[in-house]
Amino acid sequence: MEQYLGLFIRAVFIENMALTFFLGMCTFIAISKKISTAIGLGIAVVVVLAITVPVNNLILNYLLKEGALAWAGFPNVDLSFLGLLSYIGVIAAMVQILEMFLDRFVPFLYNALGVFLPLITVNCAILGASLFMVERDYSFAESTVFGLGAGVGWALAITALAGVREKLKYSDVPEGLRGLGITFISVGLISLCFMSFGGIDI
Amino acid sequence: MSTPKEVLLDPIFNNNPIALQVLGICSALAVTVNMSTTLVMCAAVIFVTTMSNVAVSLVRNRVPSSIRIIVQMTIIASLVIVVDQFLQAYAYEISKSLSVFVGLIITNCIVMGRAEAFAMQNGPVMSALDGFGNALGYSVILVGVALIREPLGSGTLLGFEILPRVADGGWYHTNGLMLLAPSAFFIIGLFIWAIRAWKPEQVEASEYEIAPNLQYKEAM
Repeated sequence: MEQYLGLFIRAVFIENMALTFFLGMCTFIAISKKISTAIGLGIAVVVVLAITVPVNNLILNYLLKEGALAWAGFPNVDLSFLGLLSYIGVIAAMVQILEMFLDRFVPFLYNALGVFLPLITVNCAILGASLFMVERDYSFAESTVFGLGAGVGWALAITALAGVREKLKYSDVPEGLRGLGITFISVGLISLCFMSFGGIDI
Repeated sequence: MSTPKEVLLDPIFNNNPIALQVLGICSALAVTVNMSTTLVMCAAVIFVTTMSNVAVSLVRNRVPSSIRIIVQMTIIASLVIVVDQFLQAYAYEISKSLSVFVGLIITNCIVMGRAEAFAMQNGPVMSALDGFGNALGYSVILVGVALIREPLGSGTLLGFEILPRVADGGWYHTNGLMLLAPSAFFIIGLFIWAIRAWKPEQVEASEYEIAPNLQYKEAM
């Protein structure tokens, strides 16, 4: 249990997807002007990450890995080169299914998250988390915790940035830095703050 | 209609994908700790963007618009798999240090963005130029960032020592911050400032005009 808690804390604070690995930056910068939209997008990312990382883990272990197809009678087949194509396919499909499911059964959540869901397919944080799962060889339980943690970390980071930017728009910024430039520098400062979590280890 | 030269050269400074269009920042920051990985990453992005633009442009009239995203995604993912396998076969060390970022070219918004915005409307030759130009604009920023981070962070450039480090009996104290994530954000922020100071028409309008301070006279 402790091991999973440690993994969760690592994924949220120390190895934050947005601030340490720069993943999902395009949406991170583009959709962080208001706190309310940032929270909506953050929740959508948490949900999608918590589903796709474990699903991709199953796909890797039962379809793609060397010898994984032994249950189907092909013990010598190694399909791991198809990994990238399958992960992105799974992500696109999951996002689509989630969108239809929410539309049918949880309409209020669909109204809140609807516009963000298609954006998420091309968010590098989602694919990045799956690729980290492959690289670090996580088990099914570990990948569930990692997916959830990575999502929460990303949501935390975008909410923090939106908070900073809401205040920032009232300040007198030098001309060339206005908008994108000062946003980058603020992200750098937030990232510097997150570095101070570096020593935490459970 | 713009000329081929404009299509090729505009994205480098006038309409830079990173500094103005806010595309493809994710990988831009992570691979710039040293020059050799940066150059490999740039070559990979140039290859993928150019080829995917050509391929998308060739099939643009035969793909129904409702499934175009998944078609583009498949084309891009296949090209990235080619690059990934190639790097693993011929440059294993570098492919290890790039880790997941080669795979992440798939979700690099530049590739998707140009396929959607340009290649869907234009012929293959122009699309190739557009893809090449945008990838070049991306590379210019990446190489610029790496050019600052590697010498200041570890005293080397492409692995050759240019600033003799204290640890090896030289005079240069390496700046550890340059190897960490925040420095990349600061450098890109300053780059954007530099480009906008040079080309003032890119400056964004501020949302609120700050009223001049009139109170100080009363204080006198």
